[in-house]
Amino acid sequence: MLTNLRDLLRYSPSFRYGSIILLIAAILVILSFFSPYEPDDRRAVPRNEPPGSEFILGTTSTGQDVFWMLTFGVRNTLMIAGVAVLIGRGIGVVLGMLSGYIGGIFDRIVSSIVDSVIVIPRLPLLILIAAIMRGNMSILTLGILIGILDWAYPSKRYRAQVLSLRERDFTHTAVFSGMSSWKIVIQEHLPFIIPFLLADVVSGFLFAIGTEVTLAILGLSDLDTQSIGSMIYWGDYYNALFSHQEWVLLAPIIASIVIVVGFYLVSIGLSDYLDPRKRLLRLQTKD
Amino acid sequence: MTLLRQYILPRIVQWIFVIFVGVSITFLIPRLSPINPVDNMMGRLTSFQSMNPEATVAMRETLLDLYGLDGSIFDQYLSFWGRLFQGDLGPSFQNFPTPVTDIISSGIWWTVGLLGTSILISWVLGIILGSLAGYFPRALWAQALEKAVITIYPIPYYILAFVLLMLFTFYIPAFPLVGGARGEPGFTWEYISSILYFGFLPALSIILGGTAFRFIMAKALAGTELSSDYVQYAELAAVPKRKILIFYVIRNTMLPQVTDLALSLGTIFGGALITEIVYGYPGLGYVLYNAINSGDYNIIMGITLLSIVGIATASLFVDLIYPVLDPRVRLR
Repeated sequence: MLTNLRDLLRYSPSFRYGSIILLIAAILVILSFFSPYEPDDRRAVPRNEPPGSEFILGTTSTGQDVFWMLTFGVRNTLMIAGVAVLIGRGIGVVLGMLSGYIGGIFDRIVSSIVDSVIVIPRLPLLILIAAIMRGNMSILTLGILIGILDWAYPSKRYRAQVLSLRERDFTHTAVFSGMSSWKIVIQEHLPFIIPFLLADVVSGFLFAIGTEVTLAILGLSDLDTQSIGSMIYWGDYYNALFSHQEWVLLAPIIASIVIVVGFYLVSIGLSDYLDPRKRLLRLQTKD
Repeated sequence: MTLLRQYILPRIVQWIFVIFVGVSITFLIPRLSPINPVDNMMGRLTSFQSMNPEATVAMRETLLDLYGLDGSIFDQYLSFWGRLFQGDLGPSFQNFPTPVTDIISSGIWWTVGLLGTSILISWVLGIILGSLAGYFPRALWAQALEKAVITIYPIPYYILAFVLLMLFTFYIPAFPLVGGARGEPGFTWEYISSILYFGFLPALSIILGGTAFRFIMAKALAGTELSSDYVQYAELAAVPKRKILIFYVIRNTMLPQVTDLALSLGTIFGGALITEIVYGYPGLGYVLYNAINSGDYNIIMGITLLSIVGIATASLFVDLIYPVLDPRVRLR
């Protein structure tokens, strides 16, 4: 595992830059625990200060320090995304692998359910549920909600993965040499599934962060908790643009772009690494 | 006959099943909502005058009846399917008694025009640029383009649209803030040019995101073609590069791209929710958003129904056309 990571950092520039960006995000998250102000403390600092030496990213019209708000925002957004990914991939992996391995009538039922769920438009449904729950939404429920709507595609992909693994020669060899089914799954197949899962988790983060931001800007998420989306919402609400306090909006917008690009770069690096053809190419260039 | 029985029939059954399940779920969810459209309407009607309690109760019952909300959820569900087969989606609650079909048909052409055009443009643009970049991966312009695409692609669509709106209506006021067109509808130059003018920014935001996605897909597909035997043979045989690109590389990547185009076109009928909210564009997405906020079940149902049927039909269409496009499926 560690040598894989070292290889990735050494040979994949996109993975390297992506990791650096995510490291910065992680530092912001850690910094949020040392914030001098509480996250929703208003009038803690002078209002409407532009970015400068005292307030790195300026202050808002309600007297909050944008930099420290951002640390909380990044932390909460990543937490929402983490919960969503955990739930979405949890359901997706279990269902996809079960229907891939069990097959038969179980597979047929699960597959038609998955196909029906995929067809249902996700965003309107999400907005509808969020509108129903308006005011009672916490970051935990938001994460769960996003997760519940994001398992169908992953499950389909895991099923396809398992089906192709089952047809591979080494599986047949293992079966014919009398290896037990559990042993085959854990020893032979899991090493293929886990890297795939990693790349998939990253793309789950992309979806969840995007959805969080969208719902918050529409005013449908938990607006009392700092998140990247709710920062943009309140910046908009207090007319940061028209009163020329762009920094209030720019900080979360730039942060969101940088973080998703970071995640995406990591996923490119990972999936390049997973692609056997590209791995051969890398071996060739190493000489 | 075996083709019909083993290939076409199961797919049509699946199509019906998918639509049935999808519609049932979207029927159920708004009814769990605490936003009660009858109480909303009562609130609006009684805000200007006071009424005696008997009249209020009577009005409540009349409204429940008119809205089709009387009886248990199961009764409503049965009558919903009954009305649906007659092509009746019921009245809008918010703009009673305008039928939902009228409201949908007033918004649908905006959405179809906007999304249809921008999906097609980004499809063509993405395939051409992506295949070129995949064919010349070492070229400087290809690498610069890829870096730009990698940055644009993961950006949440809302942020992309919002930044464009900020740049081109606030800092450089070149485009209008809300609306779909100006002036009297008709085949005049003024009206048509105003449609293009109002639609430019929303279309640009969709095209940017869509092209980035298509570029990545086309580049990956072209990359696998490049390592194939026939492309390498053609290069050794000194076939002109332009010919290799068009007839060997792009042509072989068309199959998944055509499939995906059909699926994207199927999503049109759900409306471009975020685009239309950000740019105040009068299409289906905007109607849907307002309906969600006011608990207008019938409109929500109508539009989700349309979008489910759209996507399911598009994927049925892809499945049916696949044997025609791909001889390998036909042989099996």
